Amino acid sequence: MRDYLDFEKPIRELEEKIEKLASAESPKSGTQDEIRKLRTKLAQVEHQLYTTLTPWQRTQLARHPQRPTTLDYINELSREFLELHGDRNFGDDRAIVGGFARFNDRSVMIIGHQKGKTLKERMQRNFGMPNPEGYRKALRLMRLAEKFGRPIITLIDTPGAYPGIGAEERGQAEAIARNLFVMSRLSVPIISVVIGEGGSGGALALGVSDRILMLEHSVYSVISPEGCAAILYDDPSKVPDAAASLKMTAQDLVGLGIVDEVIPEPLGGAHRDPRAMCDRVAKALANQLYALAELPTDQLIAQRDQKFRKIGVVGGLVPVGA
Amino acid sequence: MAWFKKGKTEEAEPPKRSKVAEGMWLKCNHCREIVYRKEVDRNNKVCPKCDYHFPISVIERINLLVDLGTFKEWDAELEPQDPLQFQDTRTYKDRTKAQQEKTGRKDAMVIGQGAINGRKVALCVFDFGFMGGSMGSVVGEKICRAVDRALEGRMPLILVTASGGARMQEGILSLMQMAKTSAAVAKLGEAKVPFISILADPTFGGVTASIAMLGDVIIAEPKALIGFAGPRVIEQTIKQQLPDQFQRAEFLLDHGMIDMIVERKQLKEAVSTLVGHF
Repeated sequence: MRDYLDFEKPIRELEEKIEKLASAESPKSGTQDEIRKLRTKLAQVEHQLYTTLTPWQRTQLARHPQRPTTLDYINELSREFLELHGDRNFGDDRAIVGGFARFNDRSVMIIGHQKGKTLKERMQRNFGMPNPEGYRKALRLMRLAEKFGRPIITLIDTPGAYPGIGAEERGQAEAIARNLFVMSRLSVPIISVVIGEGGSGGALALGVSDRILMLEHSVYSVISPEGCAAILYDDPSKVPDAAASLKMTAQDLVGLGIVDEVIPEPLGGAHRDPRAMCDRVAKALANQLYALAELPTDQLIAQRDQKFRKIGVVGGLVPVGA
Repeated sequence: MAWFKKGKTEEAEPPKRSKVAEGMWLKCNHCREIVYRKEVDRNNKVCPKCDYHFPISVIERINLLVDLGTFKEWDAELEPQDPLQFQDTRTYKDRTKAQQEKTGRKDAMVIGQGAINGRKVALCVFDFGFMGGSMGSVVGEKICRAVDRALEGRMPLILVTASGGARMQEGILSLMQMAKTSAAVAKLGEAKVPFISILADPTFGGVTASIAMLGDVIIAEPKALIGFAGPRVIEQTIKQQLPDQFQRAEFLLDHGMIDMIVERKQLKEAVSTLVGHF
C-alpha cells in the first residue's frame, strides 16, 4: 500500500479509478480501452507533477514515510556490513548507525542517520534525531576508518540533532562541533550523500566531506521551513514560502556551489523504486571514490580545507595581508 | 534549527533584558532588583546585588580585554551580500542596512590584533546587537581571516561569543560557516597555536555547535546562557518545564562542558595567565 502526499491527490484518484475498473467482476466492453486511456493520462499527470515540484513539495518527498533509509542503502549496495555500536562513553544512539562494509569489493566505513519506517521503528530511532552519543559514535567510527585507511561514506537523513535536556547536559553542541573539527582534517576520503532530510547542524555533523552528493528530491537547510516560518513570519501557513526562501533543494544547492552532484530519482521519488535508486547511488559513489582514491593524503586534506574555506558570499573583499 | 527561536525577538533590536534602561536606575535582568546605573557601569556592567553580567558592547569588551590603545581592527570593510535574495516580511538587504545604521558596523563580527599585558593576540568578538550576533558569510570569513593571521604571527586566538546561532537569511551558506570556522581552528590546533574561547550571554545554536565549543580552554561569564537548542524549543519538544539554572554557565561547568567561569573584572588577568602557559 502506497502512502500518498497531499499534492499527489490527482495521482491517487486516477490510480484508484484504474484499480476499480481492473478489478470489476464483470468487465463491460470497452473497459480495457478505458483503462489504457487512464494509464496514459496518469503517466502525463505524473510527469507534469514530478517535473514541476515546488521546494515544499520536494521537502515532503524528502520526508516521505516510505523513503529508503540508511540501512536500506547499506543492505542494497554493500556486503558484509557489521554494525558497530556505542560511543564508549555513555551509550548507543540508534538514530545513527555505522560500521565496516564491503562496497565494490573495497572495505569502507558507512555511517548514517537512521529514521525507521513504522511508528515503532521511528520511535526506537528517535525519528532520526541523534543525541551527543550518536555523534560521538560516528566520530569513533570515523577515527577507526582513518586508522585503517578506509574511505568513509556518510548518509545524511535527519530533521536535526535532538533538542532535549539530556542532549544539552551531555554536550550536544560540543559533539557536533568536534565532528566538524575532526572531519575537516581526516586523512581518508569522505563522501556524503543527503538521501532525505539534511536538517541543520545535526546533518552537517556527518557532512564535512570531500564530496557532497544529494538525491534529486532531498533537501539540506540551516533550519526547517516550519521553524523558519514560525520565526520570521510568525505564521504557519507560510511554510511553503519559507521552503522556497531558504533555497534548500538539491538544485538550489548546486547553484550555490555547495553540492557536487545530484543523483536523479525514479519518477515520483526514491520510494517508488528503491532498487533503482540504490543502483544510482552505488554508481555515483563508485565514481567519486575512484576519483578521490587517486589523491595523495596531503592534497586530499588541502582540497577539503579549500572547499569549505571558499564557502560564503562576502562583499568588500580585500586580500589577506593587504 | 532550534536556536533561531531566540533570534527572533532579539533580531530587530537588542533584547529587552539587555537593554539598559534610560535614566539613573535600571532593573537587573537576573535578580530583578533596581540598581543604581552608575554603580553598574563602574562595576564593568555587573549587577552589584547578584553579580549578573549585563551584556556589554564590542568596544567595551575589547577595552576590557586588551591593553589600552593596542587594538587594531582588521577587515572592517567586509560586508554582507544577499546570495539567496532572501525575503520574509522584509528583505534581507533592508534588514542588514537597518542593522548597519544602528550599529555603525557592517556585520556581527569584529576582528583585530591587540595586546594582553604586552602579549600580542588575535581577537574575534561577536556583536550581539547586529542581528542577534548571527553567523553568516561575513562572520565566518572574518573568523577565518583572524585564524590565518593568528597562524602567521603565532598569536593566541581569543574569541568572545554572544550569538543566537547561524543566520537564517543566508541559508545553507550560514550552516556551512560552522564547518568553515571549525576547519580553520583545527589548523590552529595542528600548528599548536592556542585558542581560548570566552562564552558570553547568550551563546546558542550553530555558534555553540562549532567554534565556541572548540577552544583549547573554554571560559564562560557568570550566569551566561549557553546551549545548542533554545530553551523554548526544548520545552515544546519534551513538554516539560526545564530545570532551574538550565543552560546557565554554572550548569555547563557542573556537566563538564567548560573549563571555568570567570568574573568580568578578572577576565583579562585569567586570559593573560592562561596564554602564559602556551
